[in-house]
Amino acid sequence: MKRYLGRQLVQLVVVIFGISVLSFSILHVIGDPIVLLVPEGAPKEDHERFRKLLGLDQPIYVQYWKFASRAIQGDFGKSWYGDAPVFKLVVERMLPTIYLTFAGLLVALLIALPLGILAALKRHSFVDNLCTVLAVGGQAMPIFWLGIMLIIVFAVRLRLLPASGYGTWQHFLMPAFTLGAFLAPITMRLVRSGVIEVMNMEFIKTARAKGLGERMVVVKHAFRNACIPVITVLGLQFGQLLGGAIVTETVFAWPGVATLTVEAIRNQDFPVVQGAVVLLAMIIVVVNLLVDTIVGFIDPRIRVSA
Amino acid sequence: MKAVGARPGVEVAAALDRFADTPIEGTVALRRLWRLKWGLGAAAILFLIIASTVFASLLAPHDPLSVNIRLRLAPPAWLEGGAVAHPLGTDQVGRDLLSRMIYGGRVSLVIGASAVLLSATIGVLLGLGAGYFGGRTDWMIMTLINVMLTFPFVLLALAVIAVLGSSLTNMIVVLGAAGWPIYARVIRAETLAIREREFVLAGRALGMSHARIVFRQIFPNLVSAIVVIATLQVAQVIILESFLSFLGLGIQPPTPAWGNMLGEGRVYMLNSWWIATFPGLAIFVTTLVINLIGNALRDWLDPHMKL
Repeated sequence: MKRYLGRQLVQLVVVIFGISVLSFSILHVIGDPIVLLVPEGAPKEDHERFRKLLGLDQPIYVQYWKFASRAIQGDFGKSWYGDAPVFKLVVERMLPTIYLTFAGLLVALLIALPLGILAALKRHSFVDNLCTVLAVGGQAMPIFWLGIMLIIVFAVRLRLLPASGYGTWQHFLMPAFTLGAFLAPITMRLVRSGVIEVMNMEFIKTARAKGLGERMVVVKHAFRNACIPVITVLGLQFGQLLGGAIVTETVFAWPGVATLTVEAIRNQDFPVVQGAVVLLAMIIVVVNLLVDTIVGFIDPRIRVSA
Repeated sequence: MKAVGARPGVEVAAALDRFADTPIEGTVALRRLWRLKWGLGAAAILFLIIASTVFASLLAPHDPLSVNIRLRLAPPAWLEGGAVAHPLGTDQVGRDLLSRMIYGGRVSLVIGASAVLLSATIGVLLGLGAGYFGGRTDWMIMTLINVMLTFPFVLLALAVIAVLGSSLTNMIVVLGAAGWPIYARVIRAETLAIREREFVLAGRALGMSHARIVFRQIFPNLVSAIVVIATLQVAQVIILESFLSFLGLGIQPPTPAWGNMLGEGRVYMLNSWWIATFPGLAIFVTTLVINLIGNALRDWLDPHMKL
């Protein structure tokens, strides 16, 4: 277990380093912050003055080193607009994003678990076919469009729910469903294939042979083991999940990190973009590590073979 | 049934499964045909969509950019106040929605196909390299794959496009540079397995160069996997592209693209639902048929493919 954890930690450091390089390059290698910062048509001297002021005249590795060593201490610089520290700006918006992510996950599980299990137990039945149709349709659905359709029906036509914003439980319904619909297809497939695989195992036969009722067999033996691939894949896809949350936020004007980032991009406020990217990436990496560890803990086969 | 002998245990188990599920042999054949029928139907629809964007100038009833402010926000023809001249209605400045949708498909399909070509090339080369050479090369490429897969790609694309600007070429490069890890991961795993097969050993014993082994012996075995992933990825890229355009960070108006039409329509959804609805429907149908084709291809080429 110790070696397993050690390897995971090394990977974590490497991945965070990679992401910091990646997000640093967005601003400093692909683009030139000076061009974005100095108003168009400003004299050359202004460009040079700004370049010196921001330390951008130094070699690129020195700049990266400065960025990284400050970032480790939680200092991601200041917003180019309004002087607020980036770290504070991003962290304030993090909580709504996390709430939304979990609400979406909950909706996805509420849809995917029962349907997936039923589909696996009654293969080629009506439920199974329905699941296939839902999965194929759901994967093709652009969720920002689904969100808008929901707004048109439930907010504009029926006037049942608020079209956007944040605060009460009603505000959660449409965004959570939208994000849930994004996640449900893949979750459903995983649950279905997981349960099918487990139901063919020897220990299920044993459980039946010792006279357990079918419900006990399914709930206690099959479902628990089928959870492992579901947790693993969902955990590893946490980045995609957050990606879905980003899309959802922009549709419902949800005050999370994504709307902050999109606003910052529109204003060309790049320190904020950079900070948001790195902080989100850190959360994803830590969640991945946790999931790996938990799964390794539950299932010794993974711990040994990884 | 191509991979006979590759995984005998799985083969037998799958065969037994089918046997248990379907008592009559004929139903199996029918079901297989039925599945393929979905793929063929989807291919026909995709063909129609592609043809209509190619021949847009002949098919579109109006110029997609011609403004007619007197006819702004006209509803679809079947609703009260709709005109037959504008079957799907008009947008906020009176442009014909149907014509804009026909032209808008060009952007999505061109970006989808080009970006996938780019990412497949990068991903396959890196995957082959990692799987064939192993060791440090493998470690480096795998780490890169992990970094890329960890990241919510939407966010990265947003940031890069914002810095670079959103020309058609930039969109293709960014979306192409983003999609490669999926190919690389699958190709690497397959290469690792194929590398140990007898024909590769034989090739090496005969003194073939690495390049010849990789491209003439290993690569042909991976073509079906690449084709399937690429097909499914086109749908993903189309959705991502339309999202960027929806946010106003992709293809810029007035050039019609499904994504930016949807984004513009959002402002008017209170009274004019059709502006946002139809472009979204176009994205949905296109990605749906592409996914169906991808699934059919997978079933047809190699039912055991783990994708």
